[in-house]
Amino acid sequence: MISVQDIVKSFDGNMVLNHISTEMKDGCVNMIIGQSGSGKTVFMKSLIGLFQVDGGRIEYDGRCLTDMNEKEIRALRREVGMLFQGSALFDSMTVLENVLYPLEMFSDMNHQQMVDRAKFCLEHVNIPEHVYNLMPSEISGGQQKRVAIARAIVLNPKYLFCDEPNSGLDPKTSLVIDQLIHQITQEFNMCTIINSHDMNSIMEIGDHIVFLKNGSLEWSGSKDEIFHTGNEALEDFVFASNLYKKVKAAHQA
Amino acid sequence: MKIIQHIGEYFILMGRVFRRPDRWGMFFRQYMKEVEKQGLQSLPIVIIISIFIGAILTIQAKINTENPLLPTYTTGLLTRETLLLEFSSTILCLILAGKVGSNIASEIGTMRITEQIDAMEIMGVNSANYLIAPKVVAFITMMPFLVIISIAIGLVGGWGVGAFTDIITVADYVTGIQYAFNPYYVTYGLIKSVVFAFIITTLSSYYGYNARGGALEVGIASTNAVVNSNILILFSDLILTKVLL
Repeated sequence: MISVQDIVKSFDGNMVLNHISTEMKDGCVNMIIGQSGSGKTVFMKSLIGLFQVDGGRIEYDGRCLTDMNEKEIRALRREVGMLFQGSALFDSMTVLENVLYPLEMFSDMNHQQMVDRAKFCLEHVNIPEHVYNLMPSEISGGQQKRVAIARAIVLNPKYLFCDEPNSGLDPKTSLVIDQLIHQITQEFNMCTIINSHDMNSIMEIGDHIVFLKNGSLEWSGSKDEIFHTGNEALEDFVFASNLYKKVKAAHQA
Repeated sequence: MKIIQHIGEYFILMGRVFRRPDRWGMFFRQYMKEVEKQGLQSLPIVIIISIFIGAILTIQAKINTENPLLPTYTTGLLTRETLLLEFSSTILCLILAGKVGSNIASEIGTMRITEQIDAMEIMGVNSANYLIAPKVVAFITMMPFLVIISIAIGLVGGWGVGAFTDIITVADYVTGIQYAFNPYYVTYGLIKSVVFAFIITTLSSYYGYNARGGALEVGIASTNAVVNSNILILFSDLILTKVLL
């Protein structure tokens, strides 16, 4: 579980995160939602420690990130997997080498065990074997995301962060990626945090939703509660599309 | 103020670069890749430039020493001294700053803007050490070899002028390049080249590592890396020459 208590972050005097407190539970897909510029990415990067917060506490199962030194943060990060918006696969390595990389850096397995583990993870995300020796630039965007998921989970992380995992993907592939994230979250009982403004994802896999507006926590709850909230800003965001207005109407009916 | 900030950030980055690698095996693997990329792949340009500069220096030295009072071996002597003292260390490094420096800055800069460096940091990898240290060590170890090769090829270029033209005789040229040879000049050139290799790799890595934004910023980082490496090479050349000669 990740517990966030009253965190504050500003850049050049501009308050970007304004006293945010929330909890991200294990075995759940926790979604951070909000409009562009609402502070989602800064919030996520602060949770991982890529940005140092100006105030407040971030605890990983009782271990306070904000009190840790660099060495302790690096040790904690070995329990963290992250899926980046642009996949962030190492373009000088093949697909298999990308997944092997965390194992080579941090595991004590022999080479064959590492290859077996990497192949297991790649199979788990449905990457066919003929792709293993291709470079990231030679595979599709959807496959790149799946390889990035395989790399993120190869060390059995306790916490999985995903920054807009469906960005740039078609609706069908987005659904596959969503379901994959949901499946591995439950299978490995991970604490998964997704930064997204894709309503399909939110309604598909969001267990716990945190809505940010102008750097403040505006609302949090479950996806079912979204339909009954009286929060105007959240309704503006959620029901911006006609499709979801119809869904709401049908839900209320 | 900006320059003080850059200097501070540069030293903080170097503090992260020169730490014990997480895995020595990974370090040596990266080191061998960089030896190939920064060192061996620089050989063709070093050979081409050195052979032409050697020949050109010989012709220019001959033109400027057309004096019956000067011995005929002066041309070879001048070619050798210029190659040893300045061309094969300083000028070669200025040229390599363009090739190697821009390559390093754009490679690391692209990794930064595509979040590959963030991905390493999230995994708990010391990305500065993993990416930069092998480049620095590889180029520092390869640079003396490139300098020695450049000196040898440059002298061959001068010999070619004697062998294939009637500007100078081969005998006079060979006598000149052997006359009053001071081995310390080779040491001086090698010391300079190691310092310049450090400047090129660390400065280019610094600009690449701190690139933010998109392709435009990577281009700017690459340009800054080359320009500032060149300035620092010339500045340190002045200091090293004063100290070592």
